[in-house]
Amino acid sequence: MSAVILMKGFENMETQEQTTPPVAAVVDVVAPDTARAPGVLRLATQMAAAFIKLLVPPVLGLALFIGIWALISQTSPQLPGPLKTWDSAVALFSDPFYNNGPNDQGIGWNILASLQRVAIGFGMAALVGIPLGFMIGRFQFLSAMMSPIISLLRPVSPLAWLPIGLLVFKAANPAAVWVIFISAIWPMIINTAVGVNRIPADYMNVARVLNLSEWKIFTKILFPAVLPYMMTGIRLSIGVAWLVIVAAEMLTGGVGIGFWVWDEWNNLNVEHIIIAIFIVGIVGLLLEYALTLLAKRFSYE
Amino acid sequence: MDKYVQVENVRMVFNTKKGPFVALRDINLNIAQGEFVALIGHSGCGKSTLLNLVAGLTLPSDGAMLCAGREIAGPGPERGVVFQNHSLLPWLTCFDNVYLAVERVFGQTESKASLKTRTHEALALVGLTHAEHKHPHEISGGMKQRVGIARALSMQPKVLLLDEPFGALDALTRAHLQDELMKITAETHSTVVMVTHDVDEAVLLSDRIVMMTNGPAATIGEILHVELPRPRERLALANDAKYHEYRGAVLDFLYRRQLRPAA
Repeated sequence: MSAVILMKGFENMETQEQTTPPVAAVVDVVAPDTARAPGVLRLATQMAAAFIKLLVPPVLGLALFIGIWALISQTSPQLPGPLKTWDSAVALFSDPFYNNGPNDQGIGWNILASLQRVAIGFGMAALVGIPLGFMIGRFQFLSAMMSPIISLLRPVSPLAWLPIGLLVFKAANPAAVWVIFISAIWPMIINTAVGVNRIPADYMNVARVLNLSEWKIFTKILFPAVLPYMMTGIRLSIGVAWLVIVAAEMLTGGVGIGFWVWDEWNNLNVEHIIIAIFIVGIVGLLLEYALTLLAKRFSYE
Repeated sequence: MDKYVQVENVRMVFNTKKGPFVALRDINLNIAQGEFVALIGHSGCGKSTLLNLVAGLTLPSDGAMLCAGREIAGPGPERGVVFQNHSLLPWLTCFDNVYLAVERVFGQTESKASLKTRTHEALALVGLTHAEHKHPHEISGGMKQRVGIARALSMQPKVLLLDEPFGALDALTRAHLQDELMKITAETHSTVVMVTHDVDEAVLLSDRIVMMTNGPAATIGEILHVELPRPRERLALANDAKYHEYRGAVLDFLYRRQLRPAA
């Protein structure tokens, strides 16, 4: 009852019917069903409309994508269609964590193995890249010193580093981690350095007037001011790392989503390759989303 | 102490891409302890440059600058600066913004509790006790500027330097903060140097108004002693003949003798 009154009152506010005093509105609601039905109905339709507006375009896009995929699979018999892939995915995910030796493990283990490599490589890149970015941003000399090295090495394809990794570490796994490290480090160095450079002069003047110690300047001014830039760098880095891991694992083998793709290609199990593409996409999306949430958590305005 | 802040034959030259630019020349100014001095002039006359020199944020190309008998070699907490655009750190609450300054000046000698008390007192002085735990983006422009003033005052500076502190505020807020500033400086007996382009503000607040000529190579054109008794009342002064005389003198300097052909 009270909910209905509230809703009625809400509707009145919305339509700005200021000629009707609130008491009359309450009386209105107690009265016949015909009076409140339109209000409830309108609220429902409004919510439905908003929902449809939000949901229809992406659903339509996905439907179009699956439609085209189905059409292509009709004309080319080697490519499995959406339904066949779906069935295969259901079977695959019914037992994601089996373990039949190093070359035959569940999809869950493969995903986790790839994520672990990304985490180690990315983590080390952050440990080196972020402090380096701060120093390059803070000290002009270091910036001038590092700038040619960064310009030279940044455009190199990540996989070009793999042989060096194999040579130095004499093992596949550290070599893959090394490739992640070297490809994830650049966005973090560069964005952190840019962030330090773009700190408003006012903040540094405050630091000078208050005569803050270098440590206080770092914790109270530099770090919080640079944090949004740093988060952008981290987000770009993790994107690159996840892109690169698939390629690196294809070459190094072992357990991992990239190796799994290659393995399934050797088995000519095309459904699984398509499933892998979706998995890589979805995991990348989730990583990106998690970091966007984290960045929001750290933004100060 | 008659010469608390001493500026002697100061000259300021900036190196620009088009060669050296002389911003200030032959600046001689002595400020007594407890005095309120306003620097006024058209924009670009170097009044903010002069303030930055006293603050120690820039060093003069030539000449000597002393504060309390010691050479000004850089910025320091004994000269509290209130910046034009408040310059609060957006990630710290009002309390923490002030605390940062208090901690720096008194952290070595005093307990945490006493530092906190000082911070509370500084914010209470500008009437912002209720907004202590808000972040700068949650409060109005006038309140931000008051936090800036609280931060400068909390360090108990020997000299308070204000760079057009109320320039970005609406007229009513500005008047209110001017009254508050008068009350605060009367209580703390602060020595104040304030850059302004508002003639009424200069006459209302100052003991002396330093009028600067137009740049480049600006210098002090004239110094006006404002001998209005304190405490000053905005409303009473509106009908005060002497007030209007001072006001007229500053306006005459700015708009007749230093008028810019095209601003």
